[in-house]
Amino acid sequence: MFGKKRVAVVGAGLTLFRRYMKETGREMCYEASKMALDQAGLELKDIESVAYGSAPDAFDGMHMKGENMTDASGAWRKPFSRVYVGGGTGVFTADAGWWHVASGQFDTCLVVAEEKMSPCCPHPAQAFTTIFDPIMDRPHGTTLIWIFALEMHRYMHVHGIKKEQIALVSVKNKRNALDHPCAQLGAKITVDDVLNSEIMCWPVQRLDISPTSDGAAAVVLASEDVAKKITDNPVWIDGVGWCIDSTYWTNRDLYYPDYVECAARMAYKMAGIKNPPKEIDVAEPYDPFDYKELHHMEGLLLCRKGEAPKLTAEGVTQRDGNLPINPSGGLLGVGNPIAAAGLMKVCEIFWQLRGEAGKRQVPGDPRTGVAQAWGDLMQYGSVIVMRR
Amino acid sequence: MSAKVKEYPGQEVKSEDIKQGKVLTVHDRPNAKYMWSAGIAMSRFLNELKNGRIIATTCNKCERTMVPPRVFCEQCFKPTDGWTYVKDTGTINTYSVSFIAGDASRLKEPIIVVVVDIDGASPGMGILHTMKEIDWKKVKFGMKVKAVWKPEKERTGAITDIKYFKPV
Amino acid sequence: MTEVAIVGIGCTGFRPITPDLSYKELMFEAATRAYQDAGNINPRKDVDAFVTCAEDYWEGHSIFDEFVPDQIGAALRHLFTVPSDGLIGLATAYMLIKTGEFNTVVVEAHSKISDVTTFTGIVNFGLDPIFNRPLGGHPYYMAGLEMTRFLRESGNTREQCAQVVVKNRKNALSNSYAAHGANIAKEQVLESEPYFDPLNRLDISQPCDGGIVIVLASETAAKKLTDRPVWIRGIGWISDTSWPESREWGRAVYAELAADMAYKTAGIRNPQKEINFAEIDDSFSYKELQHLEALKLCRQGEAGKLTEEGETEIDGSLPVNASGGLLGMGYAIEASGLHRALETALQLRGEAGEHQIPNVKAGVAQSWRGVPTATGAVAVLSVEVK
Repeated sequence: MFGKKRVAVVGAGLTLFRRYMKETGREMCYEASKMALDQAGLELKDIESVAYGSAPDAFDGMHMKGENMTDASGAWRKPFSRVYVGGGTGVFTADAGWWHVASGQFDTCLVVAEEKMSPCCPHPAQAFTTIFDPIMDRPHGTTLIWIFALEMHRYMHVHGIKKEQIALVSVKNKRNALDHPCAQLGAKITVDDVLNSEIMCWPVQRLDISPTSDGAAAVVLASEDVAKKITDNPVWIDGVGWCIDSTYWTNRDLYYPDYVECAARMAYKMAGIKNPPKEIDVAEPYDPFDYKELHHMEGLLLCRKGEAPKLTAEGVTQRDGNLPINPSGGLLGVGNPIAAAGLMKVCEIFWQLRGEAGKRQVPGDPRTGVAQAWGDLMQYGSVIVMRR
Repeated sequence: MSAKVKEYPGQEVKSEDIKQGKVLTVHDRPNAKYMWSAGIAMSRFLNELKNGRIIATTCNKCERTMVPPRVFCEQCFKPTDGWTYVKDTGTINTYSVSFIAGDASRLKEPIIVVVVDIDGASPGMGILHTMKEIDWKKVKFGMKVKAVWKPEKERTGAITDIKYFKPV
Repeated sequence: MTEVAIVGIGCTGFRPITPDLSYKELMFEAATRAYQDAGNINPRKDVDAFVTCAEDYWEGHSIFDEFVPDQIGAALRHLFTVPSDGLIGLATAYMLIKTGEFNTVVVEAHSKISDVTTFTGIVNFGLDPIFNRPLGGHPYYMAGLEMTRFLRESGNTREQCAQVVVKNRKNALSNSYAAHGANIAKEQVLESEPYFDPLNRLDISQPCDGGIVIVLASETAAKKLTDRPVWIRGIGWISDTSWPESREWGRAVYAELAADMAYKTAGIRNPQKEINFAEIDDSFSYKELQHLEALKLCRQGEAGKLTEEGETEIDGSLPVNASGGLLGMGYAIEASGLHRALETALQLRGEAGEHQIPNVKAGVAQSWRGVPTATGAVAVLSVEVK
């Protein structure tokens, strides 16, 4: 950690996550940013730089979408940069904010992640057809659910995991989300509900997946000296990591997310974490599908390969378990406005480590938390390690 | 959400409100059309598909035979060394079964989506395709499959020159 | 805190179309050249992070980040995409190295704009969908509006703008990388078809294809990799308002503020004296004059006169766009800004060949993201580390 400045999260903001929001993308950016600033007790003039993240421009129907959002993200006549790594964007934007401050270039950075998926007609899912290789994949009519089902099925096959085991994640997260004020899909469901839900693309069923959503999130980052003036309770960003795997996803064995492990190792090394399951008190891995929480737990080295379903069944990943996973309710419960969902996880770790998560609070005074997001063609892992 | 916060921003609207015009909307359609150059590797690949063959490139350093072919080996970061034909048979690496069409409507006949590891290429070198001539419940991991091609005069130089894979 | 240097440069050169190559193959060539130039580094081992610059709609693929790693050696490595101009990508790499956690960072940007068959449609798609797009018309009218206001406020003339076109397209003839070198007379520019009055056809840069990869390193790493490091002394980037309706149309505020940022870090107090040459955005002819004044490389209202008097020619007192700029090289979308940095670095290394400016020590590279944005970056590069 030689030569760089320590960076802290000092405030966080979140809008509701809903299928259709009245607000434009700009308005949501403003709402989340304003809330984060207010929470930190800061004004816009205190912000020296802005890091913004959002996933496909195709949803909004705008080219160079980031340029449209500059003012709304507090970047009027300020340095503004956008990062975009598919679904990994939300957590990665916080990583981007980190380097703005850790480089010594700026003392503060406002990190904003926003997604407005609803404008895409007739359904945002169709915008996803454009993420596929035009020669090898698109001509089949490939959809997002097809390929995630391929990954889920491979994971199940290699480890002999059954759908009932995976469904437990959906049950847990939707229930956790009942305690999240912004949640779109908090609900009490059972494993049978999941197993009886409509088959989308076997083995993926309707209750295995997270919804399309609109929403925005923001956090304020500050350098050590400034953070200590703003709050008695800064949460330090001690490690950042990111990794992308080869585009040729059909040449890869999808049973294990190497790219998440690679990103996690980068972050853990920076944070000095040698034994993740012991040293990490709470984790928010990306869960757009229930199997992904398990997949990512293993990639984050929180358990051995194939062991995640067992931990889930034993209740280890419940809020009062030994390793609480997605106490927020995750994407399955809170919603999936892609980039905002990732940053929502960073906000959650922030509140958990400060003991401010209310009904979602994980007991036992958690001090180290990890948030992770996933994106591109089953390629991208972005990780952040936060500590109090 | 922080327990300290009582009010959280955001106003939800319902899709009926939008359909009934209660929410002001502006409509637009992008005029975004592209003609991507296939480049050296994929141009050859597509031309060979027209001939009813699958071609791969090889890297002598890591000793891999790669499909889809590429002019660079991404592991060694050097140009690939040569071309070689691979078979049009393979094994199922993973599969899924889609009951939903691209526009979210339900399909009468499900589509069986497969990643086929191609025989003759390095292990795990798969391509994405669909499968037919089998009940979806009978598909198995590791199953042997073979390409069913369009008749020669119907092939255009596209991955769909292979209509689908069928069990062997 | 470490200094940051450019240690490797790779460029495929720019051409109006590249039907024989895919964008992956263009990127592979640029990357291969850059890594060789950077002391033969192995991207699989020696590079700590990769930054690519691309916008989905220029490429025709959503989440373009998916398609970049393999051809630049970044498969299962630490790469990410900054959908922004290449110079902002450079700023990102600069910040990464300054954190002290990264020693060697690669920046990539390319243009395969020839793959787009509806270029105007894409530019139009960048306009605000509620307030601006419904007005219809070709979006470059915004550049026409700005030019009118700029000329009126600054006192520069229409003819002086045309002189920029003459200079830059002639300069491009001496640049083997350039796509649109030509001997054009001022009258030809003034008489070419009016497009977005007062802009005529020849006032506007033409698109081109090509790829660039630049390798940056920390001071310690730089000393091992090259004996000709080009130091990034300062870098700034700014976004002025996203609402065209609220802009000050006469000035390039984004360039003024970005320059302030860059000059401050670089310790430049008197740009006119301390900067020897500039590579700046001239996507529209008037932009070169507007940006020159915004960068304080001449007094307000003087840029046109300097151009007329030949001071911005290669043998002048302040050579501007010796490479040919965008007018001469071509408009390479997000790679344009990175090309500014590349040309600046080549000059400082003494490797600019036929268009080399003698005895240069410090130069400025500047970019603008084009219509309808008010975003741009400025970098001060020098042969001296401090």
